[in-house]
Amino acid sequence: MASNAAVPFWRAAGMTYITYSNVCANLVRNCLKEPYKSEAITREKVHFSVSKWVDGKPQKPIIRSDTPEE
Amino acid sequence: MFRQVAARILPRSIAAAARPFSTDVAAASAADEAFTEAWKKVIPNIDPPKTPLSFMAPRPPTASSIPSKLTVNFVLPYASELSAKEVDMVIIPATTGQMGVLPGHVATIVELKPGVMSVHEGNDVTKYFVSSGFAFVHTNSYADIIAVEAVPIDQIDQSLVQKGLAEFTQKLSSASTDLEKAEAQIGVDVHSALNSALSG
Repeated sequence: MASNAAVPFWRAAGMTYITYSNVCANLVRNCLKEPYKSEAITREKVHFSVSKWVDGKPQKPIIRSDTPEE
Repeated sequence: MFRQVAARILPRSIAAAARPFSTDVAAASAADEAFTEAWKKVIPNIDPPKTPLSFMAPRPPTASSIPSKLTVNFVLPYASELSAKEVDMVIIPATTGQMGVLPGHVATIVELKPGVMSVHEGNDVTKYFVSSGFAFVHTNSYADIIAVEAVPIDQIDQSLVQKGLAEFTQKLSSASTDLEKAEAQIGVDVHSALNSALSG
């Protein structure tokens, strides 16, 4: 069993499967007709905040959001 | 010396038991019998509590003869498109090409590429464009197909597809880093698949 067998081109370029899958999904969503397109875009909005913890204390969070900041 | 004797005895008993294949899973029982038996022995007066097993639907057993219909579960992150739907055949866009799944198909796990999935039920064919995902076929003729995004073909806008294809082909020729090339290649792949879905 070849362990370094033909990896997909996106993995060879350093992309993970999740990134690849999300990119594909986004491209498909952008090619839809209205009104399906606007429904799809609102459905897939992402909002999360990530903070690294150092010495038991959270550092400044990184907020990643598709909704405009209030 | 004793180790040799034990070694000779052991393989014979295992061979006699004829271990089943790991792909032939037994039908799961609906209630946890061993647990309820043990409970009743120790605490006969109180009803045994329900275990998680009793809340789950038992796995449908693998029939001894090939069933006539394939049961399909097609799910997306936001909706369950098909839930335990009995169909004759599904054709899924595997990375290795279009793959037809009939009842009695061997157990398989496939990665899907952007392409058209068609569900055949009698004379009706429903087609979806799937962005990517996985398909699991089980021995009991159940197929679980999971995709991130799947749309019926008539929801795709031809002009946007053409525009996207031209844009990404142009990006592919002008890309410099590996990552840019990969992204542009993904764009070209997805848009050409969309294009062939619309025309095919």
